[in-house]
Amino acid sequence: MTDMVLQIDGKDVTASTGMTVLQAAQQAGINIPTLCHHAQLEDYGGCRLCMVEVETRGRTNYVVSCLYPAEKGLVVRTRSEKVDKIRRVIIEELMAHAPDAPELVKLAQEYGADRNRFEKEASFCVLCGLCVRYCAEVKQKHAVGFIENGPMREISFIPELAAKECWNCQECFAICPTSYAQAAYLLTEALAFPGQRKKQAPAVKPQPHTTFGGIPVIVA
Amino acid sequence: MTRLQSAAELEDYRAKLLSVRDPAKPCIAVCAGAACDGLDSAAVASAFAAEIKKQAVEAKLDFRVTGCHGYCNKGPNVIAGPGDICYFEVKPEDVPDVIACTLKGEVLDRLVYRDPVSGEKAVHMNDVPFYKHQMRILIGDIPRIDPKRIDDYLAVGGYASLTKALLKMSPEQVLAEVKKANLRGRGGGGFPAGLKWETTRNAPEKTKYVIVNGHEGESAAFMDRAMLTGNPHKVLEGLIIGGYAIGAQQGYIYTRHDSPQMAEHIQAALVQAKDLGLLGKNILGSGFDFEVELHFDVGIFVSGESSALMRSIEGHTPEPRPKYIRTSVSGIWDKPSNLNNVETWANVPEIIGRGADWFTSIGSEKSKGTKLVSLSGNVVNSGVVEVPMGTPLRTIVFDIGGGVPDGKAPKAVHLGGAMGGSLPISMIDAPLDFDEMSKLGAPIGAGGLLVMDEDTDMVEIARYLLDFLVEESCGKCVPCREGMWQMLKILTNITQGKGRKFDLDRLADLAEVTSLGSLCALGKTSSDPLKSMLRYFKDEYEARITAGSQAQ
Repeated sequence: MTDMVLQIDGKDVTASTGMTVLQAAQQAGINIPTLCHHAQLEDYGGCRLCMVEVETRGRTNYVVSCLYPAEKGLVVRTRSEKVDKIRRVIIEELMAHAPDAPELVKLAQEYGADRNRFEKEASFCVLCGLCVRYCAEVKQKHAVGFIENGPMREISFIPELAAKECWNCQECFAICPTSYAQAAYLLTEALAFPGQRKKQAPAVKPQPHTTFGGIPVIVA
Repeated sequence: MTRLQSAAELEDYRAKLLSVRDPAKPCIAVCAGAACDGLDSAAVASAFAAEIKKQAVEAKLDFRVTGCHGYCNKGPNVIAGPGDICYFEVKPEDVPDVIACTLKGEVLDRLVYRDPVSGEKAVHMNDVPFYKHQMRILIGDIPRIDPKRIDDYLAVGGYASLTKALLKMSPEQVLAEVKKANLRGRGGGGFPAGLKWETTRNAPEKTKYVIVNGHEGESAAFMDRAMLTGNPHKVLEGLIIGGYAIGAQQGYIYTRHDSPQMAEHIQAALVQAKDLGLLGKNILGSGFDFEVELHFDVGIFVSGESSALMRSIEGHTPEPRPKYIRTSVSGIWDKPSNLNNVETWANVPEIIGRGADWFTSIGSEKSKGTKLVSLSGNVVNSGVVEVPMGTPLRTIVFDIGGGVPDGKAPKAVHLGGAMGGSLPISMIDAPLDFDEMSKLGAPIGAGGLLVMDEDTDMVEIARYLLDFLVEESCGKCVPCREGMWQMLKILTNITQGKGRKFDLDRLADLAEVTSLGSLCALGKTSSDPLKSMLRYFKDEYEARITAGSQAQ
């Protein structure tokens, strides 16, 4: 791993080969907001909140820092009028679905986002995919997945797998920024296998994860 | 069929084919392109086959069913030779007369073109206004070819460019020729194909891929389908030459699962090319090995986006990936993968065969060669059109298209499909050129050109196009999924008279963030139509909003 120097917000920052701009910034203590990023998961580039301005070969581009590779001599601006506007509109778009999600409320304050700017569609899920990816990549259970395309997209627990795997895990509930993963699971349980978990052995107490807003976890 | 082992053997084979083909022999070509097929050209074709058999004139008359002739709204199209006599709207009951006239070398008057205003006749293809103003380099052979017979393609000189490339040129020379021709990608972006080829060629990985993007998912774009279905060998020839120049031994043709005729023609082309030794090991004794596989989409629009397409070939969900590392360096299975559109590949045999200097003599300063256009909408003549780059839109809409029907005034032209832009009719003299069109906010994009008359509601057009795209977003990234959804809601409200005065601000913000923030080209360009509307037709939007709020 060779080291390189790039510039983030006017500061020289050292990064090693293979690092993303986000990692380089975090290592240097520079905060970039994220929603779908999780240290244990492959970067996804879905929420686009971590978008920054980069300058390469004299051109300004807007890129997601969680995926953009750190390069020698790269000039990065984590805040600018455009970057702030992108973040503000994204937060406003997400608040149409989850107006009271703690993470979003906090970000809305910082970026001056108006939670009522766009027509509401109270689905509560912001489709960050943390539950889906965590279940697939870390737990390797694939008990929750995406269905449908575009605005019809939603997360869905697969009843056959969820009945076996979820109650004793619940780890995705804690990383969900809106508590929707938990609600979706309980709805699946109520519809597809009600009462079944009461017959199971008592749940192993899951490790609490409080990455996002410290939302309480249901423990049996 | 025995495999041809050398250029000489191919030329012998071609000479034998030509020796039994008499250019003066009467022939009939029935169009089986998508539009004609919809008008039941199949019934016309079977009537010809039956009548030829009945009259036992097989020896005196050549008959073939071909791909799209181009003049779609006049179908079923029939071209009789020699002399390319065009018959339009041919019905099965016309068949005996067409055969009789063709055998006698006469013209069947009642089926030839008549000018809708002056009533003036046009008999030969070069006299028919729709064809007269075109330059049909890529699609001109289609009426002469049964797409399922490689011999027909060889008879019009097919695979001669491949021979030239493999046996008389080094890969570097082929690449240099394509670069010199300044061939720009016809898929939308207009990126120089030669530079893309070079990137893949120079990428360190040894295994490389070349791919034909034959997905063409846009509504109002149908020229790639016409090209690939009507003359699959031309595209294949381009791909093999590209593989040679780039150093790839494997090619893919990625296309639609829902076009069985196209799939059948490509499949047949691959089998026949392989049988003749134009694919496979040691092609024509050159030492170059090349295989091609046909791959189908899973039925979503975004499958045509390059990184999604490559995910799809790998067997994954066609979800776009960020392209901070270009697919030309790291594509299918992380190997360097050069993707070009159908039309781009079809240009390659022409460039190699006739040379870069010939190619650059056609077109505008920075956009060379010809461009296929799917012409439709409120226009008298619709179909697949090929014109030199730089041709004024006026020529396409009025000279070729015949203007707007029913005595109505033209209002706008829309280019580039759901991710393109609309221009007011006052800009009709703008040239069809990658850079000029982009500057005006109506990039050529997929190549659809839609003519709109005075009754067109420009709010509804933007709403309609977004409605299409919203369902085609994969839903992975927020600006595309949510941005389009919100823009669609606002536009729907405006069309229903429920617009509010801050809607234009909201639309402008959504359009900007969707194009800056989205992951792939679908999202990035999804708001382009709306942006062009806000640039040229803002008054109409404001008026609709005001009228709506007054009515409430």
